Amino acid sequence: MKPTIILNAVALVITLGFTSCGKQTGTSQAERSANAVASYVAPGEKDEYYLFYSGGHSGQVFVAGIPSLRHIVTIPVFAPYPGTGYGFDDESKKMLGDFTWGDVHHPALSQTNSKYDGRWLFVNDNANNRIARIDLRDFKTHQILGPIPNSIGNHGSSFITENSEYILCATRFSVPLPKGRVADPKDYEKEFSGMVSGIKVDPQTGEMKVGWQILTPPFDWDLGSTGKGPSSGWAFWTSYNTEMAHDTLEVNASQKDRDLCAVVNWRAAEKAVAEGKAEMMDGVPIIDPAKVPGILYFVAIGKSPHGMDVDPSGKWIVAGGKLQPTTTVLNFEKIQQAIAKKDFVHGGDVRGVPVLEYNDVVEGEVPVGLGPLHTQYDGKGNAYTSMFIDSAIVKWKLPPWTDEEKKDMTKTVLDKVQAHFSTGHLVVAGSDTAQPYGKWCVAMNKLSAGRHVNVGPSQPESSQLIDISGDKMKMVAEAYTEPEPHFAQILKVSEIQPAEVYPKDENKDPNAVWEKAQSGVTRNGNQVTAKLMAIRSRYNPDRIDAQVGDELTVHVTNVEQTRDMIHGFGLIEHNVNMVMDPGETKTFHIKLTKPGVFPFYCTNFCSALHQEMQGYLVVWEPGKAPATGATGTGSSGGSQ
Amino acid sequence: MNKGVSGLLRREFRFLHKPLNVWSRLLLLAAAVTIGISLFFPLWKMHLVAPQYSDGLDLYIFPYKIQGGGLNGQHLNEINNLNHYIGMKPLQAADFLEMRWMPFVFGLIILMTLRSVVFGEMSNVVDLFAVYTYFGLFSIGSFWYRLYQYGHNLDPQAPVHIKPFTPMLIGVKQIANFREYSFPQAGAYLLCLSVLLIILAGWFSRKERSA
Repeated sequence: MKPTIILNAVALVITLGFTSCGKQTGTSQAERSANAVASYVAPGEKDEYYLFYSGGHSGQVFVAGIPSLRHIVTIPVFAPYPGTGYGFDDESKKMLGDFTWGDVHHPALSQTNSKYDGRWLFVNDNANNRIARIDLRDFKTHQILGPIPNSIGNHGSSFITENSEYILCATRFSVPLPKGRVADPKDYEKEFSGMVSGIKVDPQTGEMKVGWQILTPPFDWDLGSTGKGPSSGWAFWTSYNTEMAHDTLEVNASQKDRDLCAVVNWRAAEKAVAEGKAEMMDGVPIIDPAKVPGILYFVAIGKSPHGMDVDPSGKWIVAGGKLQPTTTVLNFEKIQQAIAKKDFVHGGDVRGVPVLEYNDVVEGEVPVGLGPLHTQYDGKGNAYTSMFIDSAIVKWKLPPWTDEEKKDMTKTVLDKVQAHFSTGHLVVAGSDTAQPYGKWCVAMNKLSAGRHVNVGPSQPESSQLIDISGDKMKMVAEAYTEPEPHFAQILKVSEIQPAEVYPKDENKDPNAVWEKAQSGVTRNGNQVTAKLMAIRSRYNPDRIDAQVGDELTVHVTNVEQTRDMIHGFGLIEHNVNMVMDPGETKTFHIKLTKPGVFPFYCTNFCSALHQEMQGYLVVWEPGKAPATGATGTGSSGGSQ
Repeated sequence: MNKGVSGLLRREFRFLHKPLNVWSRLLLLAAAVTIGISLFFPLWKMHLVAPQYSDGLDLYIFPYKIQGGGLNGQHLNEINNLNHYIGMKPLQAADFLEMRWMPFVFGLIILMTLRSVVFGEMSNVVDLFAVYTYFGLFSIGSFWYRLYQYGHNLDPQAPVHIKPFTPMLIGVKQIANFREYSFPQAGAYLLCLSVLLIILAGWFSRKERSA
């Protein structure tokens, strides 16, 4: 314990030193004006970068612009979102399954050669062990995979490999496996297990499937990242609860001075599975690292670490200390040497997994301050670490360090900027690629604590934009975000060209209708099918007749090909609201249980006569429907 | 008096039978080629700008088709969709009778031009010029009449009632929230060039001796 106390004292002095000389940004009028201009995007002008941030337990992904920090759209992923009709039509309902929420943590842009390729964004669901793929062609969720078998608490993801071969995930929680088996939590150490999963990504379609898994001791795996360059083919995770406590983790998982982090050779795992060295559990090939050496190693690292971030060169792996005032820099080359020499802690194996000697692999500990969590990079040899307890961002110098710096590590700490308040994640543009854009950093603060006008007790989080282009960091703008961004990704706007409409000839829905003559209502037994066309400012047909007991299927095609000409279909008192983008067909299916006349109407404002865009679902008592009652009628009047 | 008239007629007869020199024939050949090339370019463009359509909606008029701007000619659908609010008939090539006979007439004019190159007589040039000018003026008049009809035959049941109007043929005009810019395009300029070439062909042989 002693060294920690001393380190804490040192950190406190450093911290105080910084705070006493650090001024709040934007105090002078000239500074305020300069900052305003730096983040100002004039009406009609556009942002330079997309900021994709996770929506935490809102289950969604938020898209904002940089430098304006303005929220642009919400991409619904794990929760229904009536604004875009997500979770109301058959397809998105099926994707959501029985869940109506998720906990989105760490978005990952797809990469080719360790650079963003602008194809997909993957996000994890910590709550229900899922991974989703958003296509950047239309900014929509196209696949939700999971719940992943043998995996509980999918927090340690989504970490993408350098050519998007895999999304790598590690479990935050451990349970008796396979899922469904019950054991007493008192037998945690013996009966419970964690898991690292390799989710295979189809290189053409992005379609995900569970590739393989690696069984781990029941530590709580936290954050991780994937290697590149020299560390290509490897991945790293921190953990807390190396103590393997099962109750009052706040105390019982904070007993050891060091926790183990995982060093995983995912290429070797892939190879081992191909060679048949895995055993099947719940349909997934599982590797037991005790039986297949060379796949998993542990390194003891500063107390209860959190983030574990590989730098753009792939040489340095930085872990945030969380409960110690330093970040730890591991040297990948030394890790390789230690593994080659089998330089393991004698008798230190945990469930047959060797533990590397800390002193063999560490490059240094940087005294950044209190509560270091995550580290990002600008590609110019600098690292930026978020400080939860200090509520700050600290800029420091990556190795190689001079002898003088090694002697006095405080010299590697270059700058510190106050954040408001309690920064969790931070993101530097392109940090997890081989060539970061640098320029901007966004601090995602866990507490806004009165920074905004008073909106009552339910308060948003705060995001702050920091200019990192100069030697000194400059806080230039602030925005508030709905709960709750964890990590984010920043992508240059010029690198993608999303579609603005779905072209007619790409609509392959067999129930799409593009002309009045194809639209209509048909009956087959008690199955009533309506194919509607939506165009400014009407539905064709605008009347659907059916009767109680019918199964009603409605397909609506928005035949517009003009950007932002979106039509909705809200059905009164039936919990239906579909929203069709231009060129899109959506379908819903309901059983009609009550008689009555139920208006439906366009929910997404489309045109001057949007209000008039409506029709009726007539649900007759059984047997009372008019003879021709199952056919809808088109609208009359007008010239089209 | 009699003598004067017959003198004039003789001079005219002589003029009409002047042979065309090499330069004139080359100019006529160039005119024929120019007309041929013009068929690949739009004659006219209407550009409609409104606050919601800041990039504008484009309509290109070719001798044989109407084409909308944007992806897959989407602007034409958009213009028709907007026009339905005021009860205007949808613009479609099938309704433009001109687009059936115009390519035929262009072929005819090209043939007449080539005929002048081969026969090489001033009277051919005069014929060509007269027919071509008539055809040009008729087409413009017909186009204007189309615009008039579209703007005046509005469905009385349409949701929005506006005063009948004629879209601008050449120039700029405000129609409700749209500003219409209507101007000739490369095709029309090439045709003008071909007319100029034909005039020059006559001019260069004006002093040739009659055969």
